[in-house]
Amino acid sequence: MENQTALFQYCLRLADSNLILSHRLSEWCGHGPILEEDIALINIALDFIGHGTALLQYAALVEGKGRSEDDLAYMRNEREYRNALLVEQPNGDYAKTIARQFLFDTFQYHFYQALQNSKDETLAALAAKALKEITYHLRHSSQWVLRMGDGTDESHSRIQTAFDDLWMFTGDLFDMDTTDETLLKQGIAVDLAPVKEKWQTQVSEVLQQATLKIPDQTFMQGGSRDGRHTEHLGYLLAEMQYLPRTYPGAKW
Amino acid sequence: MVELCLSKQLKIIAELPTKESIIKLLSAIPDPEIPVINIFELGVLRNVELINGTCIVTITPTYSGCPAMKLIENQISAALKAEGINEVQIKMVYSPPWTTDWISDEAKEKLRQYGIAPPEKSTMDKGILLGKNKQPACPQCSSINTSMISQFGSTACKALYRCNNCKEPFDYFKCI
Ligand SMILES: [Zn+2]
Repeated sequence: MENQTALFQYCLRLADSNLILSHRLSEWCGHGPILEEDIALINIALDFIGHGTALLQYAALVEGKGRSEDDLAYMRNEREYRNALLVEQPNGDYAKTIARQFLFDTFQYHFYQALQNSKDETLAALAAKALKEITYHLRHSSQWVLRMGDGTDESHSRIQTAFDDLWMFTGDLFDMDTTDETLLKQGIAVDLAPVKEKWQTQVSEVLQQATLKIPDQTFMQGGSRDGRHTEHLGYLLAEMQYLPRTYPGAKW
Repeated sequence: MVELCLSKQLKIIAELPTKESIIKLLSAIPDPEIPVINIFELGVLRNVELINGTCIVTITPTYSGCPAMKLIENQISAALKAEGINEVQIKMVYSPPWTTDWISDEAKEKLRQYGIAPPEKSTMDKGILLGKNKQPACPQCSSINTSMISQFGSTACKALYRCNNCKEPFDYFKCI
């Protein structure tokens, strides 16, 4: 695979997960279970929009075809999106949102730890910057996992169900393809095998502390690397892309 | 009108802008969300260079998604244009990443007087992940008997606290 194509794909992968998760979180705006949580989720959504924008700008630069970050966000179809399957899953109840967030925050935390040593200076800088913010996200979601898991029977069963439902989408986070191979050789991409180990250890620790069971499901749904998504992404994009597609060139 | 333009031009010719004079000029721009401190003392304005008549201003965001950055960019361009500097290039950098350690002591005192508890010294530590909360002093009564209400406050850079002594809620500028 050509280096430039690989780097473009890699940037899209990172950017899209941030963008799609920020959209999911923004759906909570005005609907949070308590005011503080409403504010927290929107703050976190804002961080993800920031990371997504910076990464899409870089992707556009790498591609070199004159597209802007907005073109990439609003004019690509579902099959062209490279976000992880996990982040496109619907919000569900608060337990499901928190479980999704915790699984992804833990991934991002260890992923960015490694990416900040990337030979690609832009990716390294963005990772170092994002890591500071993600540390707060991970703390927030971890604390809620503990609170709900070790809380009432109701909260325990809800968050256990959430983890059980989402588990099959976690394998996709660590799938590696030719994009990774090409960039690994140049010290740009992150080797996902050690990231997976750290992720498993930390997720196990927190779930155990929260008196929750690690789901024993072994089937893992993959596909995001090739743009094969669950049905939920299409609906999300239809909403997110409605305005710029209906009124092309609309200005704020 | 002509006279005005002329006098402005003369002024520029009389005193060509320097890096220092431009930083001084841009230091008048307040942070849009915390107007008591300016973008220079906050550490958002990183550098000014004059290269072949172009003024290159380097800025860095406090938080990646900070919605005030666009406004700050516009204000920088406007302030420079008002001084007759039209060739402006604003560069956004992410490295080194912004840290609360860059906020000057003077600016921290301004924050406190404004009712925002300034960041406790030094950047984040592992304590954040382990759930240890910082215990900032109440900006109203200085009591350290305070507790955190939420890690996320009214803006990306703040956490929400409450003073157990005077019962006032307050914002804490959290460390990153
Ligand atoms: Zn007080």
